[in-house]
Amino acid sequence: MKPSTQDQSTSEARVVSSNGRAKWEAASAKAKLRDANFTTISGSELKPVYGPEDAEFDYDTDLGHPGQFPFTRGVHPTMYRGRLWTMRQFAGFGTAAQTNERFKFLLDHGQTGLSVAFDFPTLMGYDSDQPHSLGEVGQVGVAISSLEDMEILMGGIPMDRVSTSMTINGPAPILLAFYIACGENQGIDPAKLRGTVQNDILKEYQAQHAWLVPAEPALRMITDAMSYCAEHVPQWNTISISGYHIREAGSTAAQELAFTLANGMEYVAHGVAAGMDVDEFAPRLSFFFDSHLDFFEEICKFRAARRIWARKMRDVFGAKDPKSWMIRFHTQTAGVSLTAQQPENNIVRTAMEAMAAVLGGTQSLHTNSMDETLSLPTEKAVKIALRTQQIIAEETEVAHVADPLAGSYFVEAQTDRLEAEAEKYFEEIERRGGVVACTEAGYIQREIHHSAVTYQRAIESGAKKVVGVNTYVEGKDAKPEIDIHRIDPEVEREQCARLASLRERRDAQAAKSALDGVRAACKDGSNLLERFVTAAHAYCTLGEITEVLREEFGEYKEPKIL
Amino acid sequence: MSKRKIKVLVAKPGLDGHDRGAKTVATVLRDQGMEVVYTGLHQTPEMIAEVALQEDVDVVGLSILSGAHMSLFPRIREELKARGMGHVLLTGGGIIPVEDMETLHSQGFAKLFGPGTNTVEIAEWIQAEVEKLWSEEGAKQ
Amino acid sequence: MRDPKTIAAKLFEGDRLALSRSISWAEDADPRFPKTLACIWERVGKARRLGVTGPPGAGKSTLVNELARHLREADRTVGILAIDPSSPFSGGALLGDRIRMEDRTKDSGVFIRSMASRESHGGLARASVDACDVMDAFGFDEILVETVGVGQAEYDIVGAADTVLVVLCPGAGDGIQAMKAGLLEVADILVVNKSDLPGADRLQTDLEEATHTRDIRRDGWEVPVVGVSAAKDEGLDKLLGAVDDHRAHLERVGLEAVRRQKRAQQVKRVVGERLDEELWGDGGLGGRVDSALNAGSTAYDIAELLLQDVLGGKLMAQTRDSKTEAAH
Ligand SMILES: Nc1nc2c(ncn2[C@@H]2O[C@H](COP(=O)(O)OP(=O)(O)OP(=O)(O)O)[C@@H](O)[C@H]2O)c(=O)[nH]1
Ligand SMILES: [Mg+2]
Repeated sequence: MKPSTQDQSTSEARVVSSNGRAKWEAASAKAKLRDANFTTISGSELKPVYGPEDAEFDYDTDLGHPGQFPFTRGVHPTMYRGRLWTMRQFAGFGTAAQTNERFKFLLDHGQTGLSVAFDFPTLMGYDSDQPHSLGEVGQVGVAISSLEDMEILMGGIPMDRVSTSMTINGPAPILLAFYIACGENQGIDPAKLRGTVQNDILKEYQAQHAWLVPAEPALRMITDAMSYCAEHVPQWNTISISGYHIREAGSTAAQELAFTLANGMEYVAHGVAAGMDVDEFAPRLSFFFDSHLDFFEEICKFRAARRIWARKMRDVFGAKDPKSWMIRFHTQTAGVSLTAQQPENNIVRTAMEAMAAVLGGTQSLHTNSMDETLSLPTEKAVKIALRTQQIIAEETEVAHVADPLAGSYFVEAQTDRLEAEAEKYFEEIERRGGVVACTEAGYIQREIHHSAVTYQRAIESGAKKVVGVNTYVEGKDAKPEIDIHRIDPEVEREQCARLASLRERRDAQAAKSALDGVRAACKDGSNLLERFVTAAHAYCTLGEITEVLREEFGEYKEPKIL
Repeated sequence: MSKRKIKVLVAKPGLDGHDRGAKTVATVLRDQGMEVVYTGLHQTPEMIAEVALQEDVDVVGLSILSGAHMSLFPRIREELKARGMGHVLLTGGGIIPVEDMETLHSQGFAKLFGPGTNTVEIAEWIQAEVEKLWSEEGAKQ
Repeated sequence: MRDPKTIAAKLFEGDRLALSRSISWAEDADPRFPKTLACIWERVGKARRLGVTGPPGAGKSTLVNELARHLREADRTVGILAIDPSSPFSGGALLGDRIRMEDRTKDSGVFIRSMASRESHGGLARASVDACDVMDAFGFDEILVETVGVGQAEYDIVGAADTVLVVLCPGAGDGIQAMKAGLLEVADILVVNKSDLPGADRLQTDLEEATHTRDIRRDGWEVPVVGVSAAKDEGLDKLLGAVDDHRAHLERVGLEAVRRQKRAQQVKRVVGERLDEELWGDGGLGGRVDSALNAGSTAYDIAELLLQDVLGGKLMAQTRDSKTEAAH
């Protein structure tokens, strides 16, 4: 960062310390080193020790107090003294009724918000009974093909009192419409609904790959959702710009930071281009990051994210509302860091990742269950994962002080490094014609792939160690002693049968004209979300609605990456 | 003249989008001297078998993390057989419980690999298996 | 399906596995391939062969996919050959072009084959022409060949296709660069893809100027510049119209003669390859060169000596003898 003006006394202090430095260098040159790879998990070189010369910052412009620009130290003045982070465990499997039961279990055990995991057919916009869905219904999340399924999912849960996060992207505006309609049927004013839809299509193209239509119409649906919610569902976060999947796909910490924020800026630019005032929607943008095993690098990533976003929003987009400058984010511990070997070790990994997220100032957190590389989490594993967060919150006393690591030479140096690496990517993306062009050409995907392969090689060569995988390995064919949660194939049959009967029961004329309304809006450019809500009420299914979208807008085609 | 090269189809059946493993394995196999066809995500059993035929591959490697393997893998095998491609070395990996691996193995799948498998080991295993198949074929000629 | 005769018969019956397998034989230089080709040769020559070349990422695969779709709508069957480069380090290859052609996989009137370039460096694989011949004999009306993404002129495609499309796009360098790289020389049709992007008009004008100011080609064909957007399916009809025009032109100047010329090139190449192998393969001249160098002769003297032997016919007999000896 900018060198601060030096007065006489500090420059003297420097002389003394550089003297000490010279001695230290001489001593450390002679020291014998372990045979290890002294880099971050992302492969960034680390020094043996950091000192004042590594971390020059201006407190007010580069850090600021918590709750103050540029929010490096957090978005709230007292951070977790006011309120702990939201413990939000992602859950969903099988039928809506089964997931509804799991939700109630989690709420009973002290969870404070819901988070819905959908199955792949739903994520791709297919109904449970479409040919593509075969074998996938309810497998990795819950199947929601219509408003009826949503009503079962939220049955007995007071929708005006919980906040719900829905991890869905391509068809996100449609699922949001189901949720709004479901609330209305429960007698709840949409203005009272709180929650988030992920709705981040760019990272789907880049990393997670559950897409629907090409970028242009997809971005339009996102802006439609933003403007509809600004008017009718003001407490709803219309997008959760996600680095999680980018990281899980193999990126480095810096790439996660850079690509996520670049995507965020792209959405802001689209909102502005659609005629909205930046302060009208920017406060409702939220973010979602991964928390990986490299403790300090992750904490610094969170700090850098807040600083970069604040600067971009104020200085590039001209946002005036401080709420627009603040990055608020959800964090999930790194699924990719879990191992199928010795799965109980995953509890320890997750705990440390969770700790990094808390020290990094996250607003909400999901901790993974130890058995997730083997199957869907069992109830016991889910409970341990939740308890992990509760132990951090209640027993470790780390939540009392905001940004406790600020001012550490190492932490400030890493925060600066990550910011600088992200800035380099912003320039490169700009040079290549922007985020959408880079995505369509596969540039971002190739960068991620390259990092994934580099990391894999480091593990296989032993340069990076993973306990149970390439070091401290136990009997090769030892079967993990862990219960496996399986989805009964009956789920698929049951779900398909209910869908068939729904199509019989509903008012066919109303459904048809609602779909015509969707098609008309595709063509004339009027707000699609409004039409989705109407279609939801008419019990049009997800697959019927997306079919109209695919017909009108075409399908996204992935570029050649390899 | 050119020597016969091992040709592998790396395919992702089903709807899950986690292609990190598939792409990494594809890259490693290339680095081990194989010719690797990668067809992208969300492939149906019919498409996978059809590509295997058009490319006349020696190996089909499936990667799946969605839990739908017990529905999709056997169908892929059927589709391959229906096209006269029953001879290919059929393997795969992903999140597949050990019991399922055993069931699939009994149905004619070769080895299946779990998460965390060393990719070079996969490559070496493929190399050895294909060479075995080729020498059997040569003996028949 | 182990011998040339059976496979040829199957191929004529429309067996796609036979088609696929005979292409593999060609690729692997299996001794059964030349015999197979001889069995099917009578049916080779009916298909139109279209080459698609251009820099990496210009949109070749996307364009091939769209061309195939349009041709299918006109009820033409289509064989596609897509070449990707082999790694010079491992000899392996990643063949990813068909990812852009996924919709065509479901169509039984289309057959797509990926091929690694292996030791060839001209943008195609050694077996590319063979694969086209097999697809031709199989009965496809149209054959589309996508070359390796190349920044410079790679002339192999000229020998393999009746009509060569050079695909360029804005952003990947301007028309002047394309000209310098010699890409214009191989083009029968210049395609400006991604016309939906800014800069496409400019590229089109540059290329039009370049083609107009250059001498008219010897054969009297004026190279058209066609703007398309493969991604948005715009301009494809016009492009196919230009392909038809070029075809008509070829027929005017004598398609068969042009093709014979190209076949002659192939013969030359095969002879060259065989010679290379005979001369420098196992039991070839390597040893003699080594000892001559050891004895202090210059490269020219050694070459002169060897050539006299080769051309005098002595040497080929010698190498053959030494090979049979080695085999015993
Ligand atoms: N905007 C735009 N993008 C296109 C168009 N055609 C292709 N693309 C994009 O260009 C990128 C490259 O397309 P490909 O068809 O894979 O290009 P290629 O020339 O076959 O590439 P290589 O085989 O790698 O040399 C893809 O990401 C396409 O989305 C077009 O008409 N307009
Ligand atoms: Mg291509």
